[in-house]
Amino acid sequence: MYCSGRTVFSSKLANQLFKRLQSTLVIAEHNNDVVSPVTRNTLTAAKQIGGEVCLLVAGESCGKAASEAAKLPGLAKVLVADSAHFKGFLPESLTALVLALQNQHKFSHILAPATAFGKGLLPRIAAKLDVSPVTDVIEIKGADTFVRTIYAGNAVLTLKSKDPVKILSVRGTSFAPIDGEGSATPEKAADGDYAAPKTTFVSQELSKSDRPELTSAKVVISGGRGMKSGDNFKLLYTLADKMGAAVGASRAAVDAGFVPNDLQVGQTGKIVAPELYIAVGISGAIQHLAGMKDSKTIVAINKDPEAPIFQVADYGLVADLFKAVPELTEKI
Amino acid sequence: MARVLVGVKRVIDYAVKIRVKPDKTGVVTDGVKHSMNPFDEIAVEEAVRMKEKKIASELIAVSCGPAQSQETIRTALAMGIDRGIHVEISGAELNTLQPIHVSKILAKIAQDEKVDLVIVGKQAIDDDSNQTAQMTAAILDWPQAAFASKIERAGDELTVTREIDGGLEVIKVKSPAVVSADLRLNEPRYATLPNIMKAKKKPIKKVTAKDLGVDISPRIEIVSVADPPTRQAGAILPDVDALISKLKEGGHI
Repeated sequence: MYCSGRTVFSSKLANQLFKRLQSTLVIAEHNNDVVSPVTRNTLTAAKQIGGEVCLLVAGESCGKAASEAAKLPGLAKVLVADSAHFKGFLPESLTALVLALQNQHKFSHILAPATAFGKGLLPRIAAKLDVSPVTDVIEIKGADTFVRTIYAGNAVLTLKSKDPVKILSVRGTSFAPIDGEGSATPEKAADGDYAAPKTTFVSQELSKSDRPELTSAKVVISGGRGMKSGDNFKLLYTLADKMGAAVGASRAAVDAGFVPNDLQVGQTGKIVAPELYIAVGISGAIQHLAGMKDSKTIVAINKDPEAPIFQVADYGLVADLFKAVPELTEKI
Repeated sequence: MARVLVGVKRVIDYAVKIRVKPDKTGVVTDGVKHSMNPFDEIAVEEAVRMKEKKIASELIAVSCGPAQSQETIRTALAMGIDRGIHVEISGAELNTLQPIHVSKILAKIAQDEKVDLVIVGKQAIDDDSNQTAQMTAAILDWPQAAFASKIERAGDELTVTREIDGGLEVIKVKSPAVVSADLRLNEPRYATLPNIMKAKKKPIKKVTAKDLGVDISPRIEIVSVADPPTRQAGAILPDVDALISKLKEGGHI
């Protein structure tokens, strides 16, 4: 009895000590005004690692984003780097900044969301620190053991990182957004010359939409090749507006020019896991399923009963989408 | 005129339904159809177009992998690449070969061959890492342009349109630079039979990571590779009304 009690006690102590040794830097994704929702999911992953969590907000005139970030819960520090060098969030500039911070704070983990921003930046930081980064983590098993998917989500890899610093991009849909409110005081991050003379940000062209953002929407309605034209996507927009849903697309629909690229759901597009995913005129290729098969409920509307999408759909409707979608819109 | 290095990877063909090994150490690769990583085909195509537009002088394809990776290099040669470098990696080493190792290899070759541009695919469809371009750029201290959907070259400057989450972004990078190809960059050509025959005569140099002075010791330990959870089979509903009542039951509407 005495022995087993002692073991429990010492392993608990070791665990606490271990957690105290961790310190994680989360790189916030934001547009200088607003912190992107996926940063909250990334913070949840950071909390699971244990130890102190610091959040970095780097940008040009990013005061608004910084004060919003300071209200996020459970942060030991909010580091703010506000400089013209960070215009366009170029990885070349941000890497130099993160390296300076790493020198100063010796973080055990550096995390960012697995978005175009995080995926562009983290490997550059990792290479400079000579460590092997881990992309699109879906589960934290311990301070050095992580789970991610490979082969378009058709296999789940659990790996142990042997590197001294763990650099992880986090799949937002696999972690709930962090909850609550905090009150950290924004601190100025390491000053320095972070200019990237060989790269220039020119411009950005963002698709405008009043609908919810695809990766965080509760309901997503996606169209595929079966939509036949960009104009027909209006059918989905009408239904989406009625349901408060975001609109996505398969690669076929994007390649055919029906909708812009940033609506693509799949292995090489966005990964979504909404409460409800409605696939309209989508056959369900492996690459598309990779981006949506963790959705809670999947509905497929397709006239081909053999379409592979029906193998993952909770509810299937074998019907002509041009009849079924307007009917659905009308009756909902 | 630029010298261009293209990284190509041999992966299980994108249309194959993969199988996880029963001992959970990896996926079954023996006897499974392999081909060039689709994003790398796009990288090769872009390099070849640069040569056709006379903005690239010599094109070199590199692949790190087992003996069969030579077939992948041959495919690149048949598409119009001038010569190949095969960095042989044995079976056991291949399992823990990570983008960090490949990036170091690419960076060393980029320097040895004095290239002005490295193009790779944005991700390999097997490990889905999406790291190699960014890491190669970091090791070389070159600018990076990841997820490119358009590349224009003027002098020593590239104007690259990148696919980002909310839309598109344009950046300018000074060469030498590293670019990763997104799906929308181009439509890769098919190699014609005469070009496949010609490709057989093009040279492929064989080297090892050791020759290049790159340490490929494992950075990760594979704990397990498992099947993802399977979804319960669903129901086919007779009509829209049935669907609506199911959505109501689920609290979705």
